[in-house]
Amino acid sequence: MALSTKDLLGIKGMAADEIKLILDTAATFKDVSERDIKKVPTLRGKTVINLFYEASTRTRTSFELAGKRLSADVINISTSTSSVTKGETLLDTARNIEAMKTDMIIVRHACSGAPEYLAKRLKSSVINAGDGFHEHPTQALLDMFTIREKLGRLDGVTVAIVGDILHSRVARSNIYGLAAMGATVRVCGPPTMVPPGIEKLGAKVFFDMDEAVQGADAIMMLRLQLERQAAGLFPGVREYARLFGLNRARLDRVGKSAIVMHPGPMNRGVEIASDVADSSSVILDQVTNGVAVRMAVMFLLSGGAKAEA
Amino acid sequence: MNILIKNGHIIDPANKVDGKFDLLVADGKIGKPGKPGSLPSNGAQVVDAAGKLVVPGLIDMHVHLREPGYEYKETIAAGTAAAKAGGFTAVCCMPNTNPVNDGRSVTEFILSQAAKAGAARVFPIGAVTKGSKGEELAEMGELHDAGCVGVSDDGKPVMSAAVMRRAMEYSKIFDIAVISHCEDASLAAKGVMNEGFVSTELGLRGIPNAAEEVMTGRDIMLAELTGARLHICHVSTAGSVRLIREAKQRGVKVTAETCPHYFTLTEEAVRGYNTMAKMNPPLRTAEDVGAIKQGLKDGTLDVIATDHAPHGLDEKSGEFDGAPFGIVGLETAVGLSLKLVQEGVLTMTQLIECMSTAPGRIIKSGGGTLSAGAAADITIIDPGMAWTVDAGAFKSRSRNTPYDGWKLTGRAVQTIVGGRT
Amino acid sequence: MTNSKEKALILDRSAIDRAMTRVAHEILEKNKGAKYIGLIGIQRGGVHLAKRLAEKIKAIEGVEVPVGSLDITMYRDDLNTRKSQPVPQATDITFDIKEKAIVLVDDVIFTGRTIRAALNSIMDYGRPKRIQLAVLVDRGHRELPIRPDFVGKNLPTSAREKVEVSLAEDGLEEKVVIFEE
Repeated sequence: MALSTKDLLGIKGMAADEIKLILDTAATFKDVSERDIKKVPTLRGKTVINLFYEASTRTRTSFELAGKRLSADVINISTSTSSVTKGETLLDTARNIEAMKTDMIIVRHACSGAPEYLAKRLKSSVINAGDGFHEHPTQALLDMFTIREKLGRLDGVTVAIVGDILHSRVARSNIYGLAAMGATVRVCGPPTMVPPGIEKLGAKVFFDMDEAVQGADAIMMLRLQLERQAAGLFPGVREYARLFGLNRARLDRVGKSAIVMHPGPMNRGVEIASDVADSSSVILDQVTNGVAVRMAVMFLLSGGAKAEA
Repeated sequence: MNILIKNGHIIDPANKVDGKFDLLVADGKIGKPGKPGSLPSNGAQVVDAAGKLVVPGLIDMHVHLREPGYEYKETIAAGTAAAKAGGFTAVCCMPNTNPVNDGRSVTEFILSQAAKAGAARVFPIGAVTKGSKGEELAEMGELHDAGCVGVSDDGKPVMSAAVMRRAMEYSKIFDIAVISHCEDASLAAKGVMNEGFVSTELGLRGIPNAAEEVMTGRDIMLAELTGARLHICHVSTAGSVRLIREAKQRGVKVTAETCPHYFTLTEEAVRGYNTMAKMNPPLRTAEDVGAIKQGLKDGTLDVIATDHAPHGLDEKSGEFDGAPFGIVGLETAVGLSLKLVQEGVLTMTQLIECMSTAPGRIIKSGGGTLSAGAAADITIIDPGMAWTVDAGAFKSRSRNTPYDGWKLTGRAVQTIVGGRT
Repeated sequence: MTNSKEKALILDRSAIDRAMTRVAHEILEKNKGAKYIGLIGIQRGGVHLAKRLAEKIKAIEGVEVPVGSLDITMYRDDLNTRKSQPVPQATDITFDIKEKAIVLVDDVIFTGRTIRAALNSIMDYGRPKRIQLAVLVDRGHRELPIRPDFVGKNLPTSAREKVEVSLAEDGLEEKVVIFEE
């Protein structure tokens, strides 16, 4: 069994058995992080570049740890420290990096499609670490891993994703993945932040949060970018929190014990109340699992002899 | 040099001619058509047009020649050569050059470059407002006097309704069309493709149909208020077609154009983040394409123009968000538009009306007809020739087309401008 | 597998059992009892055999020795040259290997590369007192200087042949057979 591609650009189009392969592989890699010696020689001699055009401490650190625990050499390049500021094109930057004989390039970019653009033009494996509003595949994989770990399955599970769906790559990747694995997906947010046709991706749309989370097995809260207020997408933080925030009272009304998730970083008191985040969530498990899932992805993409280039 | 075009099938919508005639061109003017074999050659160069269409020179009333200012994208020489290669005897160039064509000096520069190039005729479009900033009116009288045949802030909508109102009122002095790029910038909101399911999937910012239609509606109302001649650019949505159809029924002086990409492609072409499918207005849905074709068929849309928008390949490569809008169109327009005839949407006469007669009438260039005594601008089209689009062979300086490799049937085989082949 | 044909039956059910009994005795003899022994089976066949050895040791000596399982995928040296990556199995070592005499258990030893990977892997879990190796079949063709301490059956083979161990724990008829490709 192998992944069918050189790259991981998105969850869309991935078959259930491919997703399962990654999650199963991640389960074994999770043990490595629990040991005293948190390192295996799997990717010894491989060079991995974290090419981040958008600030992200969490995802970058997670990929960096994943690479290092697999014994790869990991280099971080972020916008502030590269020639990006000098106006070099994305492709020139990537080609220059590849000329130094890299094996894997992990790309975070504010423009949707940037990783796909590079993947078509580079020999290195490209992993999408989040592009625009398009996809964030490793986040969805770690979310699915966490749900499966906590609930024992994905098939038949109901997941409510709440927040700014329009600008969320996390939501899109999760919708594709969860639907492929047989879960039921609900999305909820103000109509200004629900993109057209999202139901065609396999999600049911709600504008009322209480309805959206009723009977859900997992509730995934999305980060609200506060600058969306200036764009007129919501009138204010207070009203947003009241209508689309997860607080204790709302969680108690769900009717059963749902697991609470958040891709981070959280706006405490906006989309998620502090006590919910601290006492009733699996947010830190998500972070832990992120390293394991990224190790699995890097491992599975690193086979030397590809079926086809 | 006189030319005798023999055995061709003449289609001249302005004179309701549709049949096999010979045509003599003498001293750069069109003579009277005669029955095949009836006209003596008298030493004229003989062009055998058997099996071909002989039509009034095609006029593309919406192109970007990029000169002055962006010569790396296109020059007037290269752009007019591309026009001639594509069957166009005349083009109207939009004013969004650097500097903007908002005064006599730029207009005269363009005309002198065009004269030097000696390919297709160039009819400049002047800016509506100074610097196309949407604030103060440009000196329309001077522009008209220098040779501009219309005014437009194409590429940038005139966002202030009051400014647009004054522009329309003022244009009546010269009876020229105000050519409107209908886009509400606040609704377009930095979008890069059509807003809909595909933009949701690709995670790209969408431009809703309403961004175009709100402005189409506004400008129609202002045309109604002022009685000015309004020409609406590159119509892409079913809603715009409906608004224009209703306006025409009410007698508003509005004309409208669409482009080959709005009846041959949909938003699906953007998949894979294909920057060659990035244009403004964006490629829409199949439903819109159907409405555009219906609009052409019933005469709601008067004109097929290309919105020829050359860009360097470096600019068009890279992140989708960062790529400029637009594609080149002069050298593919005839082949793509003939699809409408092949599909039964338009008759050949209607197509020639859209690509020559109507634009000639709107810009009042005197072109778009094969009337005896008119300037001899003639396009000869082989409607059955099968060919494959090869962007590498374009005369244009730029190669940004989504049609590279398309197999088309029919193309212009000879373009005669002012009696010169 | 479709082109390979079974050439000979090497061990049957009772022969496997006799070999394992002997190996259990040898392990006890060499380690002077069961006190410090920890058995670690290499995924997948070695895990079953390690459990069997633990049962036999308990029957002989009355002592429960700890048993773990080890997956060596992450330590393989051929990850860059394989078409597809092997799916890693669980590594489950719940006892402290420090100061233990670890007996690695595998079904077949061939090139020795698996054992090399297993040795590296074990070291990352701690520092055992010593490591020994028990295998059901030694088929030769070593590519590394590695030699098993306890062997159920020495089996000279040609490089083109394949040795397959089927065990009851996997729901199969218990046997060791040799194939020709």
